[in-house]
Amino acid sequence: MIGRLLPVIIFLGLGILLAAGLKIADHKTELPSPLIGKQMPEFALPILGREETIVTNEDLVGEPFLLNAWASWCPTCRVEHPVITDLARSGKIRVVGLNYKDEKADAQAWLARFGDPYDLTITDISGRTAIDFGVYAAPESFLIDSNGTIVFKQIGMMTPEVIETEILPRLEQWSKSP
Amino acid sequence: MMRRAMSLAVLLILFALPLLAMAQAQEPPEFDNTEQEQRYKELTTELRCVVCQNQNLADSDAQLAQDLRKEILGMLKDGQSDDQITGFLVDRYGDFVLYRPAIGGNTLALWLIPGVLLGGGAIAVFVTVRNRNRRLAEQQQKGSS
Repeated sequence: MIGRLLPVIIFLGLGILLAAGLKIADHKTELPSPLIGKQMPEFALPILGREETIVTNEDLVGEPFLLNAWASWCPTCRVEHPVITDLARSGKIRVVGLNYKDEKADAQAWLARFGDPYDLTITDISGRTAIDFGVYAAPESFLIDSNGTIVFKQIGMMTPEVIETEILPRLEQWSKSP
Repeated sequence: MMRRAMSLAVLLILFALPLLAMAQAQEPPEFDNTEQEQRYKELTTELRCVVCQNQNLADSDAQLAQDLRKEILGMLKDGQSDDQITGFLVDRYGDFVLYRPAIGGNTLALWLIPGVLLGGGAIAVFVTVRNRNRRLAEQQQKGSS
């Protein structure tokens, strides 16, 4: 009896395994970040347009913010720009830009042309700080809480759905229990 | 005759032009010694590029892969161990960068499943062959009696 059922059981098992694989394959280019739940990495970077001012990770601790890695050479950043702008204008969260491996003039021209949603933009020309954040494809966004802990990372374009399901609920929760 | 030689020379120079691009694209890293070079080669072939995910760091021309190779070289020159260097990348990008991830809670299935499948297959083949042999032996006995 078991001998006759065995092929069916193996077939079902393989089927479940492959279905799970397909499901994972849908997101296979997105890597889960090992930095979730950890303190944001240390850095000291100049502000775009005010290069004499250096911002460190410590300076940004205190209130939650969204760190948005972008570059003028990145077409997807252009696409997500209105979404980031809407979020910043809503006043629900501070939005900080991380200008990633860009040229100062190009970055400033980009902001002048499409609008500057950022409270401030820090510039990472070498990309070294971005490596510490585990950035591998701009745009990427990090939601960081008031203690400086990374609680959520969006790889690729920020969308209204992600803001609705991942960011706003966390902000509401934080405002209830500070 | 002269003109043919000239055009041949021009053609040859044109064919050689792509070499310039290659020379520019990849500056060969400078190593302190051959042991360091060996370790660099091993590390960059063992680590996966996170941008073009089917390539290793050594083969990838992605900007980030170049930056990460530079980081690895810097860490080698600082005298860091192979584990420290792979740890640096795992801390930032996760187990994904390793072609041979460490055996741990979340990678246990990954390491065990091939062995289980192979062992299961071997048992299945063994049982099938034994049963068939038995059946054949029984048939032969019936035939001879």
